Amino acid sequence: MTIKEIAEKINGRVICGEEKLSEVIEFAFSSDLMSDVLKVDRENILLITGLANLQTIRTSEMSDINCIVFARNKKINSEILSLAEENGMVLIECPHSVFKISGELYNAGINPLY
Amino acid sequence: MQYRFKIAGGDFSNAGTVASSVKKILRQLNIDHGVSKRIVIALYEAEVNVVAHAYSGIVEIDIDNEKLRVTITDQGPGIPDIPKAMEEGFSTASPQVREMGFGAGMGLSNIKRNCDILNITSEPGAGTNVEMITYLKPDAR
Ligand SMILES: Nc1ncnc2c1ncn2[C@@H]1O[C@H](COP(=O)(O)OP(=O)(O)OP(=O)(O)O)[C@@H](O)[C@H]1O
Ligand SMILES: [Mg+2]
Repeated sequence: MTIKEIAEKINGRVICGEEKLSEVIEFAFSSDLMSDVLKVDRENILLITGLANLQTIRTSEMSDINCIVFARNKKINSEILSLAEENGMVLIECPHSVFKISGELYNAGINPLY
Repeated sequence: MQYRFKIAGGDFSNAGTVASSVKKILRQLNIDHGVSKRIVIALYEAEVNVVAHAYSGIVEIDIDNEKLRVTITDQGPGIPDIPKAMEEGFSTASPQVREMGFGAGMGLSNIKRNCDILNITSEPGAGTNVEMITYLKPDAR
């Protein structure tokens, strides 16, 4: 699925990285635990998380994750936003829970990692 | 080539800036992406450990044709039992560190997985020294 299709499927609002909406994502990982994200081997995955802080972005930078969905409308402050923009990431805000987002995208054909 | 960076303990808003700088350097040097990724992940884990568990630290990076060596020396509480600390799941992280998404006790084992040689020494009450060596040719391991 393209990032644009993903955002539409989950009623998400893209808050930065609009120029990357046509990129295709095949795999996703849901986690609030950055230690777990850092063990992921595959690149170009979607991260679904409830954790909105600078370390979410830093961890994604190190892991070459370019697209993050924040569940339950977590507040994305300007510091988070500018670090994400600096790294060319797409951030998507979404009202749904991590569980619902994961379920919807799994049904739509996005693959799990483990 | 040599580089030197400082890490401030407790400063979570800057945790990762060293790993981020090194990631850019490795890209400029055209280091193999897979090799670079292992170095950057290991360094980030070790950098976050200084921020989470120590008071301050110095990172020294040494690159030659064959390998990259990272040495992180910190002032902090040290690690009384290193084999225990290496076990997955062992963590003394504070609630604040856990709120940041860390403190699962997985960092040191992930560092070990992502470098070719790992040496940790520590003087409890004084600090910790972490040395990580990674060979730059993907097949040199
Ligand atoms: N630089 C350090 N100074 C003092 N103690 C440390 C240092 N690095 C690690 N430790 C000790 O070793 C433990 C295990 O470290 P490890 O990186 O594996 O897990 P963590 O940092 O607690 O959690 P995670 O890395 O999963 O976020 C830490 O909880 C801490 O007690
Ligand atoms: Mg750690």
